[in-house]
Amino acid sequence: MPRLNPDNLQRALDLIALYPQPRSALIPILHILQEQDGYLSEDGMNHVGELVGLEAVEVRGTASFYDMFHFEPVGRYLIAVCTNIACMLQGAYRLLEHAEERLGVAPGGTTADGMFTLEDAECLALCGNAPCLTVNWRFFGDVDPEGFDALTDDLRNGRLDDEVPPHGTLIRVRRSVGLAAAGPTDEATPQSAEVGADVDAGPAPHRSTGPAVELSTHRTTTATNVVDAAHLEGRQ
Amino acid sequence: MSEDTRNEVPVRLVRRPLVTESAVGTPPPAPAASGETVNITIDGRSVEAKAGQWIIDAADEAGVYIPRFCYHPRMKPVGMCRMCLVEVEGPRGPTLMPACYNPVADGMTIHTKSDKAVKAQEGVLEFLLVNHPLDCPVCDKGGECPLQDQTLAYGPGESRFVEEKRHWEKPIPISDLVYLDRERCIQCGRCVRFADEVAGDPFIDFAERGDRTEVAIFAGQPYGSNFSGNVVQICPVGALTAKPYRFKARPWDLQQVESTCTTCAVGCRSAVQASSNEVTRLIGVDSDPVNWGWLCDKGRFAFPAAAGSTRLSVPLVREGNELVEATWGAALARAAEGLARARRSGGIGVIGGARLPNEDAYVWSKTARMVFGTDSVDAQLGDGVPAETILGLPRATIDEAARAALVITVAPDIKEELPVLYLRLRHAVREQGTQLVELTPAPTGLTPYAAETAFYRPGELAALAAAVASSEPVTGDVAGVAGATIEAVRAHVARAAEVGSPSGPPVVVVLGRPSLAESEAQVAAAAHVLAGLPGVKFLSALRRGNIHGALDFGLSPGVLPGRVGLDAGREWFEYQWGAPLPAERGFDTAAMLNESSRGRMGALVLVGADPLTDFPDSNLALRGLLGARFVVAVDTHLNASVRHADVVLPASAWAERRGTFTNVEGRITWLSQLVVEHSVSWPDWMIASELAERMGVNLAFTCLEDIWAEIERVSPLHHGVHYELLSGIRARDGVVVPADAATIAQTVTSRPLDPMADPGIASAELHRIAPSALLVTSVEMTPEPDSIDPSDHVAYPEPPPSGASGEGVPAVPRPLGAPPVPAPSGAAPLAQGLRLVTRRTMWDGGTQVQAAAQLAGLAPDPAVRVNPAVLAEMGTAEGEMVVLRSSRGKLTVPAAADASLPAGTAVLTWNLPGGSAGDLVDSAAVATTVTIEAHGGGS
Ligand code: SF4
Ligand code: SF4
Ligand code: FES
Ligand code: FES
Repeated sequence: MPRLNPDNLQRALDLIALYPQPRSALIPILHILQEQDGYLSEDGMNHVGELVGLEAVEVRGTASFYDMFHFEPVGRYLIAVCTNIACMLQGAYRLLEHAEERLGVAPGGTTADGMFTLEDAECLALCGNAPCLTVNWRFFGDVDPEGFDALTDDLRNGRLDDEVPPHGTLIRVRRSVGLAAAGPTDEATPQSAEVGADVDAGPAPHRSTGPAVELSTHRTTTATNVVDAAHLEGRQ
Repeated sequence: MSEDTRNEVPVRLVRRPLVTESAVGTPPPAPAASGETVNITIDGRSVEAKAGQWIIDAADEAGVYIPRFCYHPRMKPVGMCRMCLVEVEGPRGPTLMPACYNPVADGMTIHTKSDKAVKAQEGVLEFLLVNHPLDCPVCDKGGECPLQDQTLAYGPGESRFVEEKRHWEKPIPISDLVYLDRERCIQCGRCVRFADEVAGDPFIDFAERGDRTEVAIFAGQPYGSNFSGNVVQICPVGALTAKPYRFKARPWDLQQVESTCTTCAVGCRSAVQASSNEVTRLIGVDSDPVNWGWLCDKGRFAFPAAAGSTRLSVPLVREGNELVEATWGAALARAAEGLARARRSGGIGVIGGARLPNEDAYVWSKTARMVFGTDSVDAQLGDGVPAETILGLPRATIDEAARAALVITVAPDIKEELPVLYLRLRHAVREQGTQLVELTPAPTGLTPYAAETAFYRPGELAALAAAVASSEPVTGDVAGVAGATIEAVRAHVARAAEVGSPSGPPVVVVLGRPSLAESEAQVAAAAHVLAGLPGVKFLSALRRGNIHGALDFGLSPGVLPGRVGLDAGREWFEYQWGAPLPAERGFDTAAMLNESSRGRMGALVLVGADPLTDFPDSNLALRGLLGARFVVAVDTHLNASVRHADVVLPASAWAERRGTFTNVEGRITWLSQLVVEHSVSWPDWMIASELAERMGVNLAFTCLEDIWAEIERVSPLHHGVHYELLSGIRARDGVVVPADAATIAQTVTSRPLDPMADPGIASAELHRIAPSALLVTSVEMTPEPDSIDPSDHVAYPEPPPSGASGEGVPAVPRPLGAPPVPAPSGAAPLAQGLRLVTRRTMWDGGTQVQAAAQLAGLAPDPAVRVNPAVLAEMGTAEGEMVVLRSSRGKLTVPAAADASLPAGTAVLTWNLPGGSAGDLVDSAAVATTVTIEAHGGGS
């Protein structure tokens, strides 16, 4: 199992340099590790512990507090369906059940082809477009069962490669290290530069790629939801 | 070169920051404890409290008990469990506050039993029990469990929860010694806080959250801390249990006494518990000057060694190549006969004595001088520091070291050898502002906390110390230490001298043997120059059991009981003992072995000594034993050296007998008896008395009280320290000798036992066994013909009447002063190669570990650690076998890379099963050098 690769090690060191205490960089580095492998491997957590001066068990202790970190390998796409109240009222459970049937796995499971991991999630802060889900932390709102099928088809066929990186990272992490402005290192995130250039104004809206339903794609940061006003207007 | 290679491989890019807070939380800033008092009202009663004190502590002192789980008086509060909620009146009316997390303030009004407080307590307990399995009948903690007790006293009586409880796999091992039952855990965080905050080994932590929260280890990384037993001790429920104690006993079956751990020289106070005449468990007792309630794992778990398979049960005598069982009478007669012969021709040497309690050390010291006619007695096995150095320098207590402005260690790895002293020093550095400087040839457990560590080249300690103490400008490296580092160390010394410490000496040197492959003369020379630092005091880091008692009672050549030199004390002791003392200073262990190897010693007496394992130069030890004409071993276990004896006399072990103990500080504490002597074993003093008797001298000791009475009379160091004081509860924390009358009068136990902090110790108390139980009459003896020619009997005059004074009574001798200036070592240049460093680790091949079944497997495999550059040069990969050669012998071990080591140094742990550095060490050399080469032939 891999440790941080040289590029990511450099990112981690850059992050550590931002703080007076190395351990303050723990969570952002974990996001980078998760971006690299899709989950937090044991070797990876050991490596991160060495970098920030913590024992591996402390790294895991901190990481496992957060639901968005994974400790087992996940599929290429991690689909998190919100089941919190707004989405629930808008049919989240119907969507989730449909997703389970469609993918043939229960929440927490990964499809045999390693393509999808399905999860149920608490409020993803896109209640205005309930029911919603994220794919590798990229947002899709107003998803009904048909939309879900179209989405998974698109993902499977690589039609969304431009929008959904294999394993997403939170943009705040990239921005913190000044990496986004420097341009993407990941071929699957062509918007990174744009995001880096004007991140606070929020990302530009994306057109749906699915034929049946208009999918909304939002990029956001961890701390503040930057929901694009123009996009929401478009929805109304 | 060494600098470069050291920086090459960043194993850990950042050092663990020293200021990290507890894993669980950061307490609110407590107002500085200024020593001021404030007035508060608790439950309607107005009491005084110390400013800055937590409410829970103030209430304890006022005799008001507030229930608690997460709070532990030796750790920072975290306010996690909410069991201690009390009502505090404030501007917005009474508010519930955790009493462990809020400091008292002047005028504060606190209600611990108001309706609201009671409701809160009931609510918290109801919540804590939501997921608790209530499997008390099969839980080790049942009967001494704070959760049980406080539920009974403060719980609601009934629960409204009917939901399914969470389930976990029942106990899982988190180390070789500790099991975790997550169902029982109430998430108080005591264990994870201890691991991080107190021990600095944060190998356990909480994982997950909410009702899935669990204490966890990382995959493949067990909780392998030297202090893991403490988390079992302080867990307020049965979630953590110790493998050796699981299902052994119930608290109400246990007999308990309070005693002192003698596994190392720290002398931690502990409650010792037994069931059916079998010691089952040790629990640390909070002795404020010493161990603060903590024990190390070796001290806590090594006691089963006393019942191990190599324990000696009966006397043995040699018949040809075999040791065969004998009666006491026969064995003693053989021993006395052989010793009498040896006294006439060749002389007797006595090696060992650090296992003995004080009284026994005194009797053996007296027997050697008066009956064996020898001053060749040495409780150290060439692995220590010259006695005059330890005894003659100004001594510091552990508290003084912890309060010093600067601590300089010239010592082995204290975390491994004097583990609880490590805890105290670590705490001093992290919490009390003490600066730490290490002079060491290789990293230790304290290195992460040191402000400066000077890694010197083995064999050049004295030169480094001289450079540190001197004020000459530094020009370049000294002893392999960069000039800048020496300047930095000097700056620490200067600062310490300048600012001093409000409550301790400016500088305390912790003095021991940094490596067994470096001569003790280097340590003595270093101590000599460091003694010149202004206001300096010394804390001994000799590790073996009661070594300080042995030295204080004269089990060292040239030293008589009471830290008195042989010549200075001659007149006094000849008068008191009524016998001539040996005319000349005797041999130390190395010289005895040397003489013996040339067939020049009449006899060797091993008193709890295993030179084959413990003497640094195994080759010499073996030649010494093989060359000995007659060997008597007095021991508890059949160790490697005992197998060479002609007569083996079985001694009683710790907890099988009473006595007193002297720790690193010179603190004398009481050792209690809890179980009966193993088989027909005898206390060591009795064996000495009996040998003396058979050699014609009646020492006239019938019990420990007799011995101590004589000690008080003849040892200037122990004047006024009465047995009644030592054996009483008032002196639970012991008495540091020498003690003046005022100190003795003020001796009081500083802390009460706290069953909520350390569950299971509530009923421990000093346990006195009637002296008659120890009398020889209880031992079955077979009379044997006295085979000694009466002419061999030593004819001594009757001793003078005790307490005599006036005409003809010599003056009481003065204790040893500053040690003599060591002769400059005109050492021959050392051979080319790597300088060897060897020191001990907690789990090793020693008897105490190997004779305890649960511990034997814990010793690591031997390996030699070198800088990666050394391996790279040889083209050897880590883990491959290498051959080490010295002038003494060779050793084939796997190699390990350690980037923190200077390139010219090789580190080998002492005495591991499968390979000991003893095969390589040349005790005559200033330092041992080794060559290293890849193991030929491949593998
Ligand atoms: S295992 Fe024991 S000490 Fe550790 S958190 Fe749980 S209850 Fe507290
Ligand atoms: S530090 Fe020493 S005295 Fe204390 S428990 Fe450990 S072995 Fe015993
Ligand atoms: S409830 Fe689904 S995003 Fe908020
Ligand atoms: S919150 Fe005070 S004892 Fe736990």
